[in-house]
Amino acid sequence: MDTLVAQLQRQFRDYTISLYHQLFWYVKGFLDDQFTELKKLQDECSPDFVAEVVSLFFEDCEKLIGNMARALDQTGNVDFSLVGSSVHQLKGSSSSVGAKRVKGLCVTFKECCDSQNFEGCVRCLQQVDIEYKSLKAKLQDLFNLEQQIVQAGGRIPQVDI
Amino acid sequence: MVCEMETDQIEEMDVEVLSSMWPDDVGTQADNQFNVEKPAGDSDTLKEVDIAEKRTMADLKRLPELLNTTDQGSSQLTNLVRQWEYMQDHAVRLLREELKILTRQREEAEAKELKIIEEHNFETEEPENVPVLDETSHLFRRFRQKKRDELVDSKRVVIDEEFDTVAYWKQKALSLEKMLEASTERERRLIEKLNESLKTMESHSAPVEELTQNLKRAEGFLHFILQNAPIVMGHQDKDLRYLFIYNKFPSLREQDILGKTDVEIFHGGGVKESEDFKREVLEKGKASKREITFETELFGSKTFLIYVEPVYNKAREKIGINYMGMEVTDQVRKREKMAKLREDNAVRKAMESELTKTIHITEETMRAKQMLATMSHEIRSPLSGVVGMAEILSTTKLDKEQRQLLNVMISSGDLVLQLINDILDLSKVESGVMKLEATKFRPREVVKHVLQTAAASLKKDLTLEGNIADEVPILVVGDVLRIRQILTNLISNAIKFTHRGKVGIKLKVISEPSFAGDKEQNETSVWICCDVYDTGIGIPENALPCLFKKYMQASADHARKYGGTGLGLAICKQLVELMGGQLTVTSQVNLGSTFTFILPYKVATSDDHSDDQDEFSDMVDHHQPEPDDTTEGYFQFKALLGSIYSNGGPVMGSNFLPHKAMLTSPIKLINGSVADPSNSSGQSQTVQVENGGYMDESESAHQYGNGNGHRCSSKESESCSSSQASSEMESELTVSSPREEEKTETEVKETSQPKILLVEDNKINIMVAKSMMKQLGYTMDIANNGVEAINAVKDTSYDLVLMDVCMPVMDGLKATRLIRSFEESGNWDAAIEAGVDIKTSESEQGCERSTDRLPIVAMTANTLAESSEECYANGMDSFISKPVTLQKLKECLQQYLQ
Repeated sequence: MDTLVAQLQRQFRDYTISLYHQLFWYVKGFLDDQFTELKKLQDECSPDFVAEVVSLFFEDCEKLIGNMARALDQTGNVDFSLVGSSVHQLKGSSSSVGAKRVKGLCVTFKECCDSQNFEGCVRCLQQVDIEYKSLKAKLQDLFNLEQQIVQAGGRIPQVDI
Repeated sequence: MVCEMETDQIEEMDVEVLSSMWPDDVGTQADNQFNVEKPAGDSDTLKEVDIAEKRTMADLKRLPELLNTTDQGSSQLTNLVRQWEYMQDHAVRLLREELKILTRQREEAEAKELKIIEEHNFETEEPENVPVLDETSHLFRRFRQKKRDELVDSKRVVIDEEFDTVAYWKQKALSLEKMLEASTERERRLIEKLNESLKTMESHSAPVEELTQNLKRAEGFLHFILQNAPIVMGHQDKDLRYLFIYNKFPSLREQDILGKTDVEIFHGGGVKESEDFKREVLEKGKASKREITFETELFGSKTFLIYVEPVYNKAREKIGINYMGMEVTDQVRKREKMAKLREDNAVRKAMESELTKTIHITEETMRAKQMLATMSHEIRSPLSGVVGMAEILSTTKLDKEQRQLLNVMISSGDLVLQLINDILDLSKVESGVMKLEATKFRPREVVKHVLQTAAASLKKDLTLEGNIADEVPILVVGDVLRIRQILTNLISNAIKFTHRGKVGIKLKVISEPSFAGDKEQNETSVWICCDVYDTGIGIPENALPCLFKKYMQASADHARKYGGTGLGLAICKQLVELMGGQLTVTSQVNLGSTFTFILPYKVATSDDHSDDQDEFSDMVDHHQPEPDDTTEGYFQFKALLGSIYSNGGPVMGSNFLPHKAMLTSPIKLINGSVADPSNSSGQSQTVQVENGGYMDESESAHQYGNGNGHRCSSKESESCSSSQASSEMESELTVSSPREEEKTETEVKETSQPKILLVEDNKINIMVAKSMMKQLGYTMDIANNGVEAINAVKDTSYDLVLMDVCMPVMDGLKATRLIRSFEESGNWDAAIEAGVDIKTSESEQGCERSTDRLPIVAMTANTLAESSEECYANGMDSFISKPVTLQKLKECLQQYLQ
């Protein structure tokens, strides 16, 4: 039993680290310190704080991406300011949860909006969509691991990044 | 031997042939040209070459004469004679050769004959009576036959008759005699032929014949060439009279030209020049070429390339010139066109390269400035952290030396911050990013506020006064924030360099200045001249020119003594110029300086709100509660020395006061250097000072030295070096006691939880912030946009507002401005006007609130659109960059809530 917990804990630690890590100089990690910040906020009173915030974030993402896709679909009549405000929202949210890659993309996205670069916007939108979904999957895995550790009677380890 | 001779001959022949060829002569000997192969006295041949017939002209009588007398003519002849001699030699050699052959043949024939005769003699001795009659015909036939077969065989005579008979000998004698006869006959014929040949040869190779041929060839060639050559050729004597001329396109007849000079023939431009040129050649004796453009009635405008060579006679005396001209008008035109094109091209290229260089430089400059701005922005955040931490550190227990070091550290940090802010401002103006806003405002109020603010932080016994002329309109339109910035900057500058006396602002209306140029001037615009004067140390005249330059202060000494970034005046000047005005300065050392700026404003009437583009824009100074404020023309303020209390000593607890303005650095701290006597040692001991344009009085109480630094603007922090003046104040500072207000406020804080309002539209951000607050032990209210925030502020007395900048409905900047307007005016009219639905509230605390300043901390995403300058300019006290972290929030709360 202990070995299982230990194994899970190690797996959890490695996985967490991998999410933060920059694979190459050009491939940013999925998360930044703000996520750690969130984790710190989670305590006995709000044991699911991170999960709540993150799921709220993903809901937000879905909604905003939907909005932006609709706005960008108006061929020839794209309201870039509308897209821009959604991007701004998304940037704020992603920076709050520490979704580093999404946040980074939002910066580029915003620039594209400001310069009314339609192709750029579409590309960024697709990218954002991919990024948030992959982040969602990763975090899902992470939460699953957490649950497994808890079920196995272990404690979720502190991971220092 | 024969062979050798023959090859020699062939070689010689080749040479001869070459030398007699016309084209080669033309090529190698320029002087041959058409005088070539003209033999003496042979004028007849030349006549045959009647070039004149083919639309040309030549004085044919003169030409042979010329050829006879000139050097070239004689050399020509010599050449011809030599040639002729060669040919003669050759002919003679050939003849001799032939003669030799013939002689040899003859010798052979004679030898043969002799032999035959000998033979015959020998034989004839015997057959004397040979019967020949009957056989003769037969024999003869056979002999002929033989002879036909082979001549050589004729020696052998075959005789059918019986040997040694009479008939035999007879026959033989007969045949031999016949042979001899034939041989003699042949010999005779050959000699005849030889003679004949010699005769024909002699007649054939007569020199006249030969030369005529050559001349015909030359003539043919000349004719062939000249037929289509667009040239004029001529010979002129030493008086430059034409003796000979050839012209492809003659427009004058021969008789019109010959015997005349150019000048006599033509009139117009270029004629004289060509004449002079010819004369020059004649004098110098050197052939040369020149291009001359003629402008004559005869030809019109034509350019000729003229070649002139002097001609000498046999005695080497100049007798005239030969000249040849070719019309090159088209070529010259083309060439000139090309040259012009090339020149244009070069010019264009130069311009292009210049332009690209300029563009490049401009781009580089812009990029550099943008980079500087970005960098400054990036530097500021961590620096704020450094300064903030240092400030926290200064609240802890430190010994004297540590405190001293810390003070230096803080002031240096703040100086850098100030510098960065100034750089950002400057680069904004320079790169054209700085946008001006048209806002309605009351000049009197602006002046009053600026002075009030300055007075609040005044540490010197100075009188601040404002004087506004009656004709200055009550309400004008302009960028009030910038104007306020300029005023504050100039005032703080004045205060900084003034130790006693007065500092003031004077406003008056002036007529349109000359520099305004032809700018559209409508009756609703007015030029207001604003003097900011002081009775300070003044500026030496030699320092005036560089006063407005960046990073310059009047002198290095001043810089050391008074501190500052040296950018303030540069910014003021740029701002004034940006608004279409002018900033000037007059000064007298030790008497004071006056900075004057004149700006155009639009006059606004107080009741034309409907025209107002920006409905919120006039909130700053609008709806003033005291009616006299709008028209009052004179204000006076004194330093609020009475309120100064001591914050000295190691106990720093009282530093964290509620509602204190917080600027730039996340942690506001007033250092305690006042309590340290060593600071007043006269050395440039720097003291940290934070100054907001809206600083409240309690803050000013901490401040030491000069609150508004040399380069301080209303929204930025400032650090100043304390001068000796600070030490003078020290005793007062230490004896004064904290104000009562402070105590009561603190008491209130102790009894209740601080009330915090978070204005944020992003759910996630709210969630995160809320959770953080919870962990820090606070709760907070939430407003989702500016309008909600205003309503919340109106209903509840908050201790701190965390305000997002970018929000729907109403953004944080506007909301802050409206809240500040309320604080100043005590009513929400501006907000109502801005379209905020102000719910009638029970708790009416406007009056007392208006004196307090609600700390509003911006939460910015650190983008250009949400620059911290803008936050400050709109009345925010500080900013937290997003994402908000626990640490940042904690620092902020520590700063503003005690």
